[in-house]
Amino acid sequence: MFTLEITAGDLQAVREHAAASYPEECCGFLIGRFNAATALTAVVRVLPVSNERQESRHNRYLISPETVLAANKEARALGLDVAGYYHSHPDHPARPSEFDRDHAWPGLSYVIVSVAGGRVADTRSWRLSDDRERFEEEEMFQKEAAS
Amino acid sequence: MSVTIQIPTPLRRFTGDHGEVAVDGATVGEAMQDLTRRHPALQRHLYADDGALRSFVNLFLNDEDVRHLQKEGTPIAAGDTLSIIPSIAGGAPGVTAWETAREVDSLPQLSPAEIRHYSRHLIMPEVGTAGQRKLKAAKVLTIGAGGLGSPLGLYLAAAGVGTLGMVDFDVVDESNLHRQVLFGRSSVGRPKIQAATDRLRDLNPHIKIVPHEVRLDSSNALELFRDYDVVVDGTDNFPTRYLVNDACVLLGKPNVYGSIFRFEGQVSIFWGAQGPCYRCLFPEPPPPGLVPSCAEGGVLGVLPGIIGSLQANEVIKLIVGAGDPLIGRLVLFDALKMKFRELKLRKDPSCPVCSDHPTQTGLIDYEQFCGIEPHAETVEAAFEISAPQLKAWLDEGRPLTVLDVRNPQEWDICRIEGSTLIPLPELQDRLGELDPASTIVSLCHSGMRSARAVNFLRQMGYSRAINLAGGIEAWSVQVDPSVPRY
Repeated sequence: MFTLEITAGDLQAVREHAAASYPEECCGFLIGRFNAATALTAVVRVLPVSNERQESRHNRYLISPETVLAANKEARALGLDVAGYYHSHPDHPARPSEFDRDHAWPGLSYVIVSVAGGRVADTRSWRLSDDRERFEEEEMFQKEAAS
Repeated sequence: MSVTIQIPTPLRRFTGDHGEVAVDGATVGEAMQDLTRRHPALQRHLYADDGALRSFVNLFLNDEDVRHLQKEGTPIAAGDTLSIIPSIAGGAPGVTAWETAREVDSLPQLSPAEIRHYSRHLIMPEVGTAGQRKLKAAKVLTIGAGGLGSPLGLYLAAAGVGTLGMVDFDVVDESNLHRQVLFGRSSVGRPKIQAATDRLRDLNPHIKIVPHEVRLDSSNALELFRDYDVVVDGTDNFPTRYLVNDACVLLGKPNVYGSIFRFEGQVSIFWGAQGPCYRCLFPEPPPPGLVPSCAEGGVLGVLPGIIGSLQANEVIKLIVGAGDPLIGRLVLFDALKMKFRELKLRKDPSCPVCSDHPTQTGLIDYEQFCGIEPHAETVEAAFEISAPQLKAWLDEGRPLTVLDVRNPQEWDICRIEGSTLIPLPELQDRLGELDPASTIVSLCHSGMRSARAVNFLRQMGYSRAINLAGGIEAWSVQVDPSVPRY
């Protein structure tokens, strides 16, 4: 079982971003560290970015490769990695769509926030299986900020 | 030419934890080929099944997107660095009328009478007032007002689906009543669509019932489906099932599928825009005649009640947006074992209708696609007698054997006095029980199977074998009404 560890403050920031973007989708990076031995992803900070889609923003989001490069650099400067991404599903369950599966890689955490009528209903985290067949849910563990 | 490819962190598991891999090649494409040759596990994460680079995978040559250069044909020089950078994309499932009504304010309001009707929905947070108003805004079309259409119609109307269309052109028959709970004895002989409309209007006057008394075919399906958000397949034959699937894929609409046979049923949501379609699961129909219909094979009366209710459940979840929809999953139900099984379904990347490169972009002739019914077996007119003729022969006391080739279950329902039962599948093995010199009158339900038996018997030297035209059905109608019809 994989686990995603995130501070209450960071999780709150993700959820607020999702609620504020409603009825459109929001997106952002989870910067942190993945420990293969413990199957634990520790999120050290979240990096909200804007949805770069021009149309269908209520059910699609896009982060351009240039933004990904910039986030990678920012993560590396902190000695960390991009450990995953988050996005929201306005008025839809917090489970990945087929479109999400087509556009994902294994080895990353995909956090989805379900926003119903402007209020956050559910937050779940998923990882793509190595054979790309399915997303498997991972446990989300909220911890108090260490410092 | 040796260049370095930088591997993104999540994919390093597939390169033995190497962040950089040295490869050879004269172009970007060749370098990438060398990479996947060295680390084959990377292939599926970088390339789609058709061999093209996945749409979200970008290649940067020394910080320049190769899309702005010569794409994968971009030449590379020794010492260049190639980076694999994803663009991140994703999103919620598709767009339908009730989903586009994102602003809750634009959804229809509930009247006090509706609030009373739906109160048990409204007090659950998963539905609530917002969900009930989505149901009211939703337009659902059910194909067929029969076994599956009955629970579908009843539960979707009761749940408050605002616009409920039904397609059917059949008439209520007594043999429908053991499963089609929309109808009662007073409906026998009425068009199903009219009887269903009356029943559902009585059940819920707050919704709009739209009767479509037509035979669904390739000429009207797209027009009919266009106005609806969800289509529910309650059909009982392959041509219509493929037609419903293809029309839904072409229009981007979810198809809530159910099918039943004897004691077993299947349920899924086929939605080309979100997952696999029926064609991904069954690219080709079975040979005609291989899978019997319910009329031929029978069906447990309660089975469509179970399967149709599961379909109604999925329709309501889709509209309200609650729970996990049955997309990409096929549920199999066995009523005798009382077991549910679930199969994962994959989208077929070469599906002729729902893949990225469809080979079929319109509706086709589905009767032809599924093959016409197997050629009806006939016997020469000289080897056939009518029911009244048989009656006369029996009354004269002619020596003859009346051979019944139906199943034992059919024999239990009714039979002609003095006849011999040898079910058609056993005939070959039990030939010894018949006298080649005697007159043999072969019969079944309507004369088809018995014709096959006569042709077989004549081949085997039973030159006095003849067929009862119209079978026991004709016997009951023309000779002896005390023999029950089924």
